[in-house]
Amino acid sequence: MTGAPVRRTGPPGEGTLADVSRPGRRAWSWPKREHDDVGVPDEFRRATPPGLPEVAERDLVRHYTRLAQINYGVDTGFYPLGSCSMKYNPKVAETAAAIPGFQRLHPHQPDATIQGALELLWRLEEALCELTGMTRCTFQPPAGASGELTGLLIMRAFHTKNGDARRKIVIPDSAHGTNPASVTMAGYEAVQVPSDARGLVDLSALEKLVDEDVAGLMLTNPNTLGLFEEEIQGIARAIHEVGGLLYYDGANLNAIMGKVRPGDMGFDIVHMNTHKTFATPHGGGGPGAGPVAVSERLVPFLPAPLLARDADTGALSWDHDRPDSIGRVHGFHGNFGVLVRAYAYVFIHGGHGLERVSERAVLNANYLAEKVKAAYPLAFAGRPMHEFVATAKPLRAHGVRATDVAKRIIDLGFHPATVYFPLVVEEAMMVEPTETEPKEVLDAFADAMLQAAGEAESDPQLLHDAPTTTPVRRLDEARAARNLKLRW
Amino acid sequence: MRFAPHTDDDVRDMLAAIGLDSVEELFAQIPASVRLDRELELPDGVSEMELLADLRELASRNRHADELVCFAGSGAYDHYVPSVVWALAGRSELYTSYTPYQPELSQGVLQALFEYQSMICELTGLEVSNASLYDGPTALVEAVNMARAATKHHRVLVSGAVDARYAETLRTYGGGAGYEPELWDAPGGRGGRPSIDDDVAAVVVQHPNVYGALEPCRELFAAARESGARAIQVFDPLSLGVLAPPGEMGADIAVAEGQSLGNHLNYGGPYLGVIAARMQDVRRMPGRIVGETLDVDGTTGYVLTLQAREQHIRREKATSNICTNQTLMAVAASVYLAWLGPGGLEELGLQCASNAHRLAAALTAIDGVELLFPDAPFFKEFALRLPRPAVEVRDAMIDRGVLAGVPLPEADGRALLVAVTERRSPEELDAYANALAEVVR
Repeated sequence: MTGAPVRRTGPPGEGTLADVSRPGRRAWSWPKREHDDVGVPDEFRRATPPGLPEVAERDLVRHYTRLAQINYGVDTGFYPLGSCSMKYNPKVAETAAAIPGFQRLHPHQPDATIQGALELLWRLEEALCELTGMTRCTFQPPAGASGELTGLLIMRAFHTKNGDARRKIVIPDSAHGTNPASVTMAGYEAVQVPSDARGLVDLSALEKLVDEDVAGLMLTNPNTLGLFEEEIQGIARAIHEVGGLLYYDGANLNAIMGKVRPGDMGFDIVHMNTHKTFATPHGGGGPGAGPVAVSERLVPFLPAPLLARDADTGALSWDHDRPDSIGRVHGFHGNFGVLVRAYAYVFIHGGHGLERVSERAVLNANYLAEKVKAAYPLAFAGRPMHEFVATAKPLRAHGVRATDVAKRIIDLGFHPATVYFPLVVEEAMMVEPTETEPKEVLDAFADAMLQAAGEAESDPQLLHDAPTTTPVRRLDEARAARNLKLRW
Repeated sequence: MRFAPHTDDDVRDMLAAIGLDSVEELFAQIPASVRLDRELELPDGVSEMELLADLRELASRNRHADELVCFAGSGAYDHYVPSVVWALAGRSELYTSYTPYQPELSQGVLQALFEYQSMICELTGLEVSNASLYDGPTALVEAVNMARAATKHHRVLVSGAVDARYAETLRTYGGGAGYEPELWDAPGGRGGRPSIDDDVAAVVVQHPNVYGALEPCRELFAAARESGARAIQVFDPLSLGVLAPPGEMGADIAVAEGQSLGNHLNYGGPYLGVIAARMQDVRRMPGRIVGETLDVDGTTGYVLTLQAREQHIRREKATSNICTNQTLMAVAASVYLAWLGPGGLEELGLQCASNAHRLAAALTAIDGVELLFPDAPFFKEFALRLPRPAVEVRDAMIDRGVLAGVPLPEADGRALLVAVTERRSPEELDAYANALAEVVR
């Protein structure tokens, strides 16, 4: 393959919708209606209309079709963006979410008129609890970070209920940025525990660091370096011994389905990212959904309302009477339309199928790591799981950095890996192929990575100049931040 | 395996390349003591056909807005979604992509978000918008966090006529951030005057408010700003072809539930959190912001900018923890707003307001039915006082094929909030009035 997978299309410089706009042109059509009684006093009326574009429907279609054509998604090609699980999104999930009996439900409808929707959530909750080894689950959090904050507020409510004010949350130094940001929003102080030489939580450092001011610990497992925390039982013991709770960040759940469950590892709270593990489309940056599941002792603190099933009639309803609940974390019941897609994914696979998903995800990552590690050494020696962190550090001798490799990979036809994360690895390249790519795609990507490494030595300028075949080339981010232009 | 394309030969060859004999060896580092030593207790996988049959059976147990004529609002509205919106927002190059970390491959989403930000600024009369938040209530939480950071003040004053779900959400997050929202009374369904001292960070008014009533918030917002607080308006995006924009009302920060902008009802989500502010607060905005810039050849392009505010750079000092947001809903909103243009938006607003007033007149002509706040002007939503408990009336109306509204706790549970969009035909308005007359007789 040569050239970037998205190219400049159509006449250059078409510009924005504002440029396309012509006074008097329109796409809208409403029924002809009399409206003499609008009932809005003059003091509340808008004096000048907003400067929205005036375009024909054809203008809209051409414009957004062009924008789609200069955008790269999983449907365009391989997208090994580490930590994001960019797997194929089954189309049946879109069909499911568009069924009017789901898409056209109003969130204030009485429970008796939405028993099918509630049954879907109930079954999904049972499945997610089985998958994670937890007791109950809330669907309110609309994304992973929101799930983190929900989990931390549950920790806070638990400790407060026990008359136990605590101030600190322990996170590994390799943690995703949302972890410390959520800690602050929950009113806690983030304390970092270092990684050891193996890239795992340094257990002896953790044991020295914890005390009765620790409310809990947040961890992914496999961790952010793609490695399984083998001493997870020791970590759990250290935290539980001081009365803290363990939070499982589900970013990497795709590695372990059916193999090991967070609940069995000692975790008390788990969030899942449906847009990662359960293949709900990432939407260009969202929507996601971040269901949070908890163990028995934390159920009273889950957000209100929570689903309840009447033991006699089997009818489902929202239970608002939850005195120990942390309250509401979303305006309604979370991203229901996304949860319909997650249901489709979970139940089309079944238990056995989900276990195979994790097996193939781990197989793909290990195979790809094996193919590229001669040029891009793995950051740590341990066996990676569903993703691996390599480093472009050897190429620095030629003046080439991870970002140069990433840009060259674009010209060679792929979306590159995540670069410069996690922060604890120099020139980090975090590669997550996911289970939905075949061997021949992994081979082609590995060839491109090796080609780029070779070029770094023979023709480094090629990498510095990349990409050259995309709709735009390297963009001046400093200029964007200095001369703020955030609207037309 | 349905979506993993490996053949048996592939698996064997790949294992051989790694130097392993079995897939199970890939999991050998997990201690046996924590391993799940049984199969997951989930049903077997099914075909696509069986899955859809199961989902259609579940959906058939729901009564949806195509057959239960929707007059419910209170934060989610049955506005018409034009065909072109999801024909475009549903392009899979857009919806199967993610956060544009590689801008050269993501100009489509980035430009769409830049245009979304532009249209939100035009709509609100404010200077800067971000690229989306989760929903209306969580957008208010972020606005209050901005206000507290900007003013270094602590108190958060909220009108009692703000939707209770917004106040509840604020209370939840305030529990972490260390504040308790203070509600002031809105006698007569709107207005009221909080006492503002020099420790107030935010004064929050919803306009049109939870009862649909128009709030005279100009003076209050001016007083808030005078005392060094931020004035925050919760607004209805589709009211802004008819109603004066938040910027003109004097709001410093405006937030909204953006569902009505081309997004389906979806039983409450995915929706769209809209936030706009003045440039004074741009560095305190949460989440993604797209900026225009140039590439090395001088070609115009778009990037995520001011990232030093964000969690992936600033970690515990970030302005918010938000990462994944509601980008696709923002793209749909921008297609919809461009479909409307200024003329379509105004006509839409006039039809909503006119429909609402026509229905209110027909309903209050029924014996025993009156407006809960007869002196309050309204836009597309109004509260009724009924002669019977509102829950009973709503349920009896459902039997007649009408979702009549959302029961309110006011008037001893005899109040019903009714929303009327452009989508409701004159025949549907008549049918509502006839059915209600029977139900309350």
